[in-house]
Amino acid sequence: MDLFANLALGLSAAVTPENLLYCFIGCLLGTLVGVLPGIGPAATIAMLLPATFTLGPAPALIMMAGIYYGAQYGGSTTAILVNLPGEAASVVTTIDGYQMARQGRGGVALATAAIGSFFAGTVATLVLALAAPLLASVSLSFGAPEYFALMVLGLIGSVVLARGSLIKALAMILVGLLIGLVGTDVNSGVRRFAFDFSELAGGVSLVAVAMGLFGLGEIILNLQNQARGISAVFARITSLMPSRADLRAMTAPILRGTALGSVLGILPGGGALLSAFAAYSFEKKIARDPSAFGKGAIQGVAAPEAANNAGAQTSFIPLLTLGIPSNVIMALMAGAMLIQGIQPGPGVMKSNPSLFFGLIVSMWIGNLMLLVLNLPLVGLWVRLVQVPYRFLYPAIMVFCAIGVFTINGNTFDIYLMALFGVLGYVFAKLDCEPAPLLLGMILGPLMEEYFRRSLLLSRGDPMIFVQQPISAALLGLTAVAIVVVASPSLRRRRDTALQE
Amino acid sequence: MAGLIRKPKDFFAGLLFLGLALGTVHVAQDYAMGTARRMGPGYFPTLLAWMLAGMALILIVRSLFGLRDGIDRFALKPLLLVTAGAVAFALLLRPAGLVVALVTLVLIGAAGSSESRPLPSLLLALGLAAGSVLVFVVGLGQPFPVIGFWFAG
Repeated sequence: MDLFANLALGLSAAVTPENLLYCFIGCLLGTLVGVLPGIGPAATIAMLLPATFTLGPAPALIMMAGIYYGAQYGGSTTAILVNLPGEAASVVTTIDGYQMARQGRGGVALATAAIGSFFAGTVATLVLALAAPLLASVSLSFGAPEYFALMVLGLIGSVVLARGSLIKALAMILVGLLIGLVGTDVNSGVRRFAFDFSELAGGVSLVAVAMGLFGLGEIILNLQNQARGISAVFARITSLMPSRADLRAMTAPILRGTALGSVLGILPGGGALLSAFAAYSFEKKIARDPSAFGKGAIQGVAAPEAANNAGAQTSFIPLLTLGIPSNVIMALMAGAMLIQGIQPGPGVMKSNPSLFFGLIVSMWIGNLMLLVLNLPLVGLWVRLVQVPYRFLYPAIMVFCAIGVFTINGNTFDIYLMALFGVLGYVFAKLDCEPAPLLLGMILGPLMEEYFRRSLLLSRGDPMIFVQQPISAALLGLTAVAIVVVASPSLRRRRDTALQE
Repeated sequence: MAGLIRKPKDFFAGLLFLGLALGTVHVAQDYAMGTARRMGPGYFPTLLAWMLAGMALILIVRSLFGLRDGIDRFALKPLLLVTAGAVAFALLLRPAGLVVALVTLVLIGAAGSSESRPLPSLLLALGLAAGSVLVFVVGLGQPFPVIGFWFAG
């Protein structure tokens, strides 16, 4: 089995002093944004994209991955202790975690979350190391029609599992694809949709769009909703050690959460958020006594915490093997890889195995760091929650403005960011999620290229997409997903499941 | 007209998408369409734009039926001030330099929150400007004009 050779290669790549340092910085920053409400991993990674410019590809990706899974740890800490989910995926943890804390079992809840996350992180690392090479070797046989179909499935799959209107999400994908096409067309050299701005010749800056939508847009939304006062009741921690009965009660939920999260993370649109919600409702459904949930059930902490960490890690699989980002964080990771001159996809593992397996092994090391980092520093994290938002958001604005400028050294991108800030706010007011737009923007140029090549192969016959068996199967899957989601009864069930 | 629209959020989202779609189709007319076999630069964007127009029409039609809902109030103050802060930064960066641009950004941006007070905001602005110069210019060596040409004499 190559698995051990691969992991050994990864280990040797991950434990260089430089990579360990950036892994640590990523985990620390991730914990920080996980703790602070009003700033999520997407905005943080967007802000840090410019900083990764000067790093090599390995430390840059290792650091950004650390931010994503680190945020899952940090989010659970404040969810449990002060009933404030610093991060969307931790919302479910507040339900039972905070109740445990109020009953004086906050320490046990924290330990449960940490044990669950660490176990899930370990399993997910192995899943990544095993599944990624398999998928990558399958995808090497893909031609243009297969890739096109895969991207259609990836884009549409990423929105069917999300909340809200399907039509709006599809429209946002299309807008994103169109934004992705701005700039010089590689085939004809025509500069499209650039309106005589020379700054747009190379395309619209992903960082400017991401910071506008997730940085500024989010700030404006938060300022409007600021009325909700933060009345954090800090529950005291007594003992961290779970009892023997606690350990027995958390074992099965952690295993189930890990399995569920690992699978859901791979799906398009999956990742930490979906995994946590699904694991919680699953535990509640199969529990002998569902009424205990919401009153401090340890299962209600163990399962979602394991699931969100597993999902955060396995969501790297589609990006690293197929080149298709399944959620916003992965879209930004793809952006970071492109900045470094690496095309995400099956080629990465072949041409750059130490980067690939180094990243995977670094995730396990990062999980270990987080375990050590989190529990002793709980007091510090809780104090940080009390930093008022009015001091926090101007600092975010400063980072956004400086970060966007450093990418290309022009002020045009700052105006672009401001424009997308306004758009992000307007979209939010109209109930249009911004995430599909960013996914579309990343895939736009690739999709056009594969579409063009497919039809060149078939001499202009669009039937090629259904005549090739793999692409037909992928498109069929997409159609099924749309039909299933559009059916009213399932829609309602999905919405209630996501609301819980 | 207003009585007809039952779901203003869907309606205005539809209008926005329709405008974007038609604008794209219009601009793409300047690019060669080509054929399906040999696509020109106009082919794929035009195709996408018509699909977007389709989605927009569905949204607009759908907004006329079903249960009525409302649209949230737009918070103009944070919207304008946060945007203005970023624009002011871009305008001031080269002529006035990083320090002035950052202080202006923070002061305008901070005014977007009803909880901000002038003195703490000013201190925050000065602190962030000093910190940014230290980290980004001194530490990371980013090529920022710390003092702009207005003050260079």
